[in-house]
Formats: sequence, structure tokens, C-alpha cells
Amino acid sequence: MDFYTFLWMTFAVFVTLATFSFLYKDNPFYKFAEHLVVGVSAGYFVIILWHNALVPNLFQKLADGDWYFIWLNSSQPWYIIPAILGVLMWTRFSKDYGWVSRWPMALYIGISTGIAIPLEMANRVNKQLYAMMADIDWSHFFGTNGFDLLDVNSGLSQVIIFVGAAAALIYFFFSKEHTGLFGKIATVGIWTLMIGFGASFGFTVMARISLFINRVQDVGDWSEAAWDSTNSNYGAGFQIVFWLMVAIVIGYIINELRQFTKTRSRAS
Amino acid sequence: MGIFDKLMKLDRRWVFLLLAVVCVWSYVVPFDIPIRTEPESEAIYSFIDSLPPGDIVFIAIDYDPNNLAELHPMTYAVVEHCWRKELKVIFTALSQNGPGMADQAIRDISDSLLVDKVYNGVEFKGREIIRGKDYCFLGYKPYYALIILGMGQDFRLPFPTDYYGTPLDSVEMMKGVINYDQVACVIDLSGGSITDAWISYGQGRFNFPLALGLTGVMTAQYYPYLGSGQIFGIMGGLLGAAQYEEMADNPGRAKEGMRVQLFAHLVIIFFIVVGNIGYFVTRYRQKKQKEVS
Repeated sequence: MDFYTFLWMTFAVFVTLATFSFLYKDNPFYKFAEHLVVGVSAGYFVIILWHNALVPNLFQKLADGDWYFIWLNSSQPWYIIPAILGVLMWTRFSKDYGWVSRWPMALYIGISTGIAIPLEMANRVNKQLYAMMADIDWSHFFGTNGFDLLDVNSGLSQVIIFVGAAAALIYFFFSKEHTGLFGKIATVGIWTLMIGFGASFGFTVMARISLFINRVQDVGDWSEAAWDSTNSNYGAGFQIVFWLMVAIVIGYIINELRQFTKTRSRAS
Repeated sequence: MGIFDKLMKLDRRWVFLLLAVVCVWSYVVPFDIPIRTEPESEAIYSFIDSLPPGDIVFIAIDYDPNNLAELHPMTYAVVEHCWRKELKVIFTALSQNGPGMADQAIRDISDSLLVDKVYNGVEFKGREIIRGKDYCFLGYKPYYALIILGMGQDFRLPFPTDYYGTPLDSVEMMKGVINYDQVACVIDLSGGSITDAWISYGQGRFNFPLALGLTGVMTAQYYPYLGSGQIFGIMGGLLGAAQYEEMADNPGRAKEGMRVQLFAHLVIIFFIVVGNIGYFVTRYRQKKQKEVS
């Protein structure tokens, strides 16, 4: 590993610790990390969009034309139309001509809706309905490979899915009061929803811990790199950067403790 | 103030600190925990393992660096498995901040293929992974739904060139590869709504075998697609990646992370139980006091 790679790794560790410092309280290090992420993401996206969309899809298509003919002499002059529609979007910044931006917007929404509705209905509504109403597999009611209550393909699971989905839909039916048998089915529906939310919550906890694990792994890699004497660049100042970083963190903690004791002595 | 009142007023920063200490400790202390594989991730492994050399797998690295922690281990495990099996891979990165990260990951995995390795008792000789021959990275284009639809017609429509600017007709492995009909399956590794587009506009429209690698937050809501047969497998979060690593006998960051998950979950469960006990005891006492007064 060369020195500059290590320097960037150190910076990544610094930004990681700066971000986690928010768990203690808001502070300038966290603000710096937050603004850096937003700025870098936006800047990176603009460049990616330029090189992957505008250049190949517009400028290169019109490249054989001349700007003083407004590219109308290119072999594919119709690419000017989406370009004009794109420019019209910017009229939103004008109070007087903002309404013009509705034209490209209407075209965009119209096309998107036309593409989306049939495919979304077919694949995310109809196919789910067919799956929910599949014939019950009585021959494998308690599991496809022997007794297994957790088998999602068993007949029992099919019954649970149907009853759960129907009950959850009834819970959201507000035109009839949730009393009597109807209310009891709605209660089954809310329980089904709660079990679903519980599963999502469990996965979410795992996801959040995973993010922390990744940061711990990166900090671990960084500290290993700093003390890896077999590395050919070991003497290039790795430890100086390491201790500089540690000094910043310790300095911050000492400063926080001093402020804490000051506030405490004032209060007493 | 009793112990339960103290518990109810415990500063949440103590919880964060304890969780951080436990995570770091379980990361530093080396030990293994058993990983139990599940049918939904086994289906993906078995599918790839059964493909003959030369078949093409389409892997969509559709996530940004903010989902890297969960999805990168999946990418590393699946792609290495594909290349060890001498499969060819087409990559896309349809999430706007992802292409640079995806390119780096592809290079890293290529490097790891240079050495000989033994997986599940089978020796795989190291070999050089050649761009254009073993893989083709198409890169990023905006409006993923239209890109997914366009690739169903011809990969060259949305991607006349690959990520590095080589025209697709000049890429060796893309000769005769027109659209999804020539790929064995699509594996979408995603941390956002691109997955919905792969289901509706991709699998639903062109009917190819689709498997998903998802972040933990998303996983539960995509299980219905497994039941309906629209997808043939799911890897959910770091656990899904760890299961794949376990099956491929290629331990990586996900398996390493599972022991941290174990102890972190124990701490969280402990605080949930203690918090609930504190809540119910406090409520009971308040009720008693009301009755007395």
C-alpha cells in the first residue's frame, strides 16, 4: 500500500468517527462529514449524468451538425426536440414563463404512466393475487419435505397467507364499523400487519448493525495497515498519520470533558 | 429513585456505547459461529453452480456506496463463484453513485481470481480475468426502468458502448449476445426501488429467471415475489451474503460480520427485555399509587 492510499484510508476513518460522533451530540466534525457527503454525492452525480447521458445521448448524436445551423444539418436532427424539452424544464425558475415547464413534464409523466400502469398491474398486483389464491396443497399440508411449519410452500402456509391478506384488507375497509365478526377479522388483519412490521424491524436492525460492522472492519483494516511492518511503505509516515488521527480524537474528547466539568461546576 | 425508574431514564448514549464496545470486542476476538443456510439463498447458489462454463450471468450492481456494507459481500461472493465456474458476466450499475464503486469491485474480484484456491474440496486454478472476454461492464445510464426495458430489446440500444467506451460490437463476449434471451439469469443486487423495476419491467416483461440480493430493510417486503414464482431466490442483507459465502466455501466480510451481529442482537434483545420490564413495573406502581390516593 502506498502512502496516498493510506492517507485516503485515514481520511475515511476520520469521516467515519466524525459521523458517529453525532450519537454523542451535534458537533462541527459531524457537520463537516454531513456536508461533505451531500456535496460529493451531488457533484459526482452531475459528472456521471454528463458523461453517461448528455454526451452520448445528445451531443454525440448531433456531433456531425454545426451549431450555427442549430444542428439542423446533422444526420439525426430530431434529437434537438428532447433537448429543447429539457431546456424548457428550466423555465420553472421564471415566474412569468414557469407554466411552459408543464409541457415537457406532461410528456414525461404521460410516457412514464403509459409504460408503468400495464406492467405494474400485471406483475405487482395480478400475479400476487394469483399466488395468494393458489389451490391448497392438501398432500403437503404440513410441509413439502416432511413436517415443517416454517415451509412457505406448504398448504398451511397458503391458508395463512390467504387468511392474513384478506384480514389485512378488511382492516383497511372503513365503510363498515369494526364490530362483531367483522371487527374480529379486522383484529386478525392488524395482527398480520404487526407480524409483517416485526419481520421488517428485525431485518432493519440487522441492516443498521451491518453498516456499523462495515465501519468497524474499515477502521480495523486501517489500523492493521498502519502497523504492518511487512509493507514496503511502512516507513513512509503511516504511524505519523495514525497518531495524528488519534490525537484529533483524544483532543476532541478532552475538550468535551472540560466543557462538561465547566458546565457542572457552574450548575453546582 | 428505584432501579426501574433509573432504567426508564437511562441516557440512550449508554446503550450506544455498550453496543459499540460489544461490536468492537466481537470483531477483534477471532471465533466462528455456524451459519445456517436457507432455501431462498441456496436456490441462487445451486442455480449458478449448475450452469455450464461459458454461460452468461447478468449481475446488476444497483446500489450506492451507502449500501455497500450489506451488498458488497454479496457481489464479491457471487461474482467470484461465477468466475471460478468460468461463467461470463455482464454487469450494470443503474444507481447513480454506483458505477465507480462497481468498477473498483470488479477489479478487486479479478485480482482475487489470480491465485489458486480450494472451495468445497475442489481446486480452482488461478487465472487472469480479461475485460471483454470474461465480463462486460455496461455502466450507468439514467432512468433505470427505460434502460431495463431497452436491454430487453437489445443491449446496444441503451448501451452502445461499455463503461470504458468500447463499442459493444467490438466486445468479444457480446458477439451474438442481443438481449436477455442469451443470459442464463439476472441477479439484481439492489438497495432501492430499482428492484421493483427489475420485477415489473424486466422479469414481468421478458420472463427471464430473476434473483435478488437486497438490503436487510427491503428483504421482508420482497418475499411475496418468491412465493409467486416471479423470483427464484433472495439473499437478505448481511445474513444472505454470509449464507452465500458459507455455501461457496469462500469466507469473507459477511461471515466475519455475523459474529458481531450475534452479540449486537443479544445486547439489543437485552435492552428490549429490560426496557419492557421497567415500563410494566413503573406502570404497575403508578396504578397502585393512584389506587392508594
